[in-house]
Amino acid sequence: MSASRRMLMAAALLVLAVIAAMALFPQLIATADPLRTDVRSALEAPSAAHLFGTDQSGRDVFSRVVHGAGRSVGIGVLATALAVVVGLIVGALAGVAPRPIDGATMRINDVLMAFPEFLVALVVVAILGPGAINVAIAVTIAAIPVYVRLARVQTRTLVLTEHVEAARILGVPRVQAFTRHVVPGVLGSLSVLATIGIGSSILAVAGLSFLGLGPVEPVPEWGLMLSGGRNVLGTAWWISVFPGIAITLTVISATIVGRNLRAQAEGHLS
Amino acid sequence: MSVLTVQDLSISIDGRLLVDGVSFEVALGECVAIVGESGAGKSLTAAAMLGLTPAGARVSSSALIIDGVEARRFSQSQWRRVRGNRIGLVAQDALVSLDPLRRIGAEIAEPLVIHRDLSRAERRERTLELLESVAMPGPSTRMTQYPHELSGGLRQRALIASALAGEPSVLIADEPTTALDTTVQAHVLALLREIADAGTAVVFISHDFAAVRRVADRVLVMRAGRVIEHGTMAEILDAPNETYTRELIAASTHAPREDRFGLGDAVLTGIGVSKAFAGVPAVTDASFTLVSGQTLGIVGESGSGKTTLARMIVGVEKPDAGDLRWHATDHGRQHRVQLVHQNPLGAFDPRWTIARSLREALAAGGVPRAHRAARVAALMKEVELTPELARRRPAQLSGGQRQRAAIARALAADPDVLVLDEPVSALDPSVREKVLRLLGRLQRGRGLTMIFVSHDLGVVAAVSDDVLVMKDGVIVEQGPVASVFAAPQHPFTQELLAAGH
Repeated sequence: MSASRRMLMAAALLVLAVIAAMALFPQLIATADPLRTDVRSALEAPSAAHLFGTDQSGRDVFSRVVHGAGRSVGIGVLATALAVVVGLIVGALAGVAPRPIDGATMRINDVLMAFPEFLVALVVVAILGPGAINVAIAVTIAAIPVYVRLARVQTRTLVLTEHVEAARILGVPRVQAFTRHVVPGVLGSLSVLATIGIGSSILAVAGLSFLGLGPVEPVPEWGLMLSGGRNVLGTAWWISVFPGIAITLTVISATIVGRNLRAQAEGHLS
Repeated sequence: MSVLTVQDLSISIDGRLLVDGVSFEVALGECVAIVGESGAGKSLTAAAMLGLTPAGARVSSSALIIDGVEARRFSQSQWRRVRGNRIGLVAQDALVSLDPLRRIGAEIAEPLVIHRDLSRAERRERTLELLESVAMPGPSTRMTQYPHELSGGLRQRALIASALAGEPSVLIADEPTTALDTTVQAHVLALLREIADAGTAVVFISHDFAAVRRVADRVLVMRAGRVIEHGTMAEILDAPNETYTRELIAASTHAPREDRFGLGDAVLTGIGVSKAFAGVPAVTDASFTLVSGQTLGIVGESGSGKTTLARMIVGVEKPDAGDLRWHATDHGRQHRVQLVHQNPLGAFDPRWTIARSLREALAAGGVPRAHRAARVAALMKEVELTPELARRRPAQLSGGQRQRAAIARALAADPDVLVLDEPVSALDPSVREKVLRLLGRLQRGRGLTMIFVSHDLGVVAAVSDDVLVMKDGVIVEQGPVASVFAAPQHPFTQELLAAGH
């Protein structure tokens, strides 16, 4: 890895560490109550008292960005993790299933893959109705097809490898050889893809919230905050810009880390 | 007159000295071989002659003269004018070295496009000439084909033709025949010899004295970056000074195993065994007998069906027709069969330590959990590995250690019959000899019956009692190894023997 790429990777990891700290211990970083309204100090520009300024109801934007991390990032990470698990189970089973079952599963998967992820999530939320949990479910369903496809291919490749055959010849039962040698290998490839997928899941969560389909006011959530400030963007830019920066930095950092991990994993394999 | 002069060449990467003070000269019409095992620095030496040392390598020498030109201070563009023009390279793996998306003709003509100013028609004519000069059958049709449509030997010929296109004075051949079958290898070696005789200086890089003795006039033996011995072919072969050279030469020549009498009963009888994949026959009507305590060698070239036969014996594949009849052991139970794969790196789960893989094998063999750790250590000792190595993952072991670990795992199931599929073909000569000795010792100690599959006639002869010679899925000759080698009946066996010596 070149020096500049190493620097970039270090910066990305630092950003993710800060975001993780914000998500886990928001009250340590931002002492102000993110929900406390104070009409007298509404729409104040960034200052020492309010680092990122205040919004229309006088709530501290910095505090809301920090407290929003848990929900925005948390839903994205959770959705990705769920998608990996479901993708692994469906894909691995399809990989060893008889041909008709494998074929049917993969054609359904193809149909889901044919639509952009965000559109699928939007349709699912439209069916389930708005809310944080429903957004998580929607983003999960939208992310699953990619993992199903990768898991199936990896399973089919690994099942034929010599070390799995070697285990079978030694007398290891078929199911055990599958769960011990094939599944962990598939999970390895999926988790690398997942680090890249987290970025787009976070973006999808923020996007759905922006449209008002996710958590509802006064809950701090980046997408929702972005949407809340859009009518006063000309006069009070800080209400939308800071959560926007938070989303951008998180997604870019997650993607950089994911791509580096993938490059390393590929280098490791070859 | 020497056309390539290398003096005191040293190369270090990350502070490690990998080539240390190598000097040699090659004259026109001469073939000089650089012999050594992996890590000896021979390929790095070749790279330095082409100005292709990896980034970060520190190269120093007191002279590097190619075709009368001092090349030490060459810029990249100067190197580009020399490569393919005055000095050509034939790499080991022609399938990788040839562009898969270009036709053979275009590939060979590329140096002509870069270094010569020829019209399209002249280029075509020259390409045809080149293909004819490397004895490519049907050159005008081959020109329009892609690399994957050619066999390994023909691909290597195409690669040589493209290296010769610029009429270089020096041709560097880096392990050009290692990936080829024995009989094909003999043809390519003969071609290289012809090229040298026609007046080109050839540098032949190899780990295999059997190949070197067929082409080289002079030999440099390298070990750990240094030239430890050099001289004419005859000097080195007849009177090597260094023990290491002697080992390398010994590793390339194998005496057929002595006849052993009074050995056991039949363990397995194969009667008319056949197997086809998607309608293409892999093994046809194979009949043979495996005798207890003996080694049955199966020899053949790629695609001869030897691996398919071995896999049927292990039980991974089922024969389409015929019968593999196992006879019961003295204790009245079934024979246990184990397989040692060709590629031990692929045969171990890359995420698992060797110890964990061995424990899995022991568990599958019914060894209680409490005894497994002790048995792992015992198995490691039995294959002459220190038990501490079991804590490593397969990628952290050397090729020889991995193959020993693979043998240890096969032994974990306490087999009666061990099937070894090309167990030593990926190993360096001296390591190979040690693994072969280990197999001999295990056979005597455990009374193992072995099936030894290989493309290398010499190795099969050295370890086997009986031998099956396979060609295109058919057993063309079988019998005690000494008599098959002394008086081969089938023309293919005769050709194989001639190619190997």
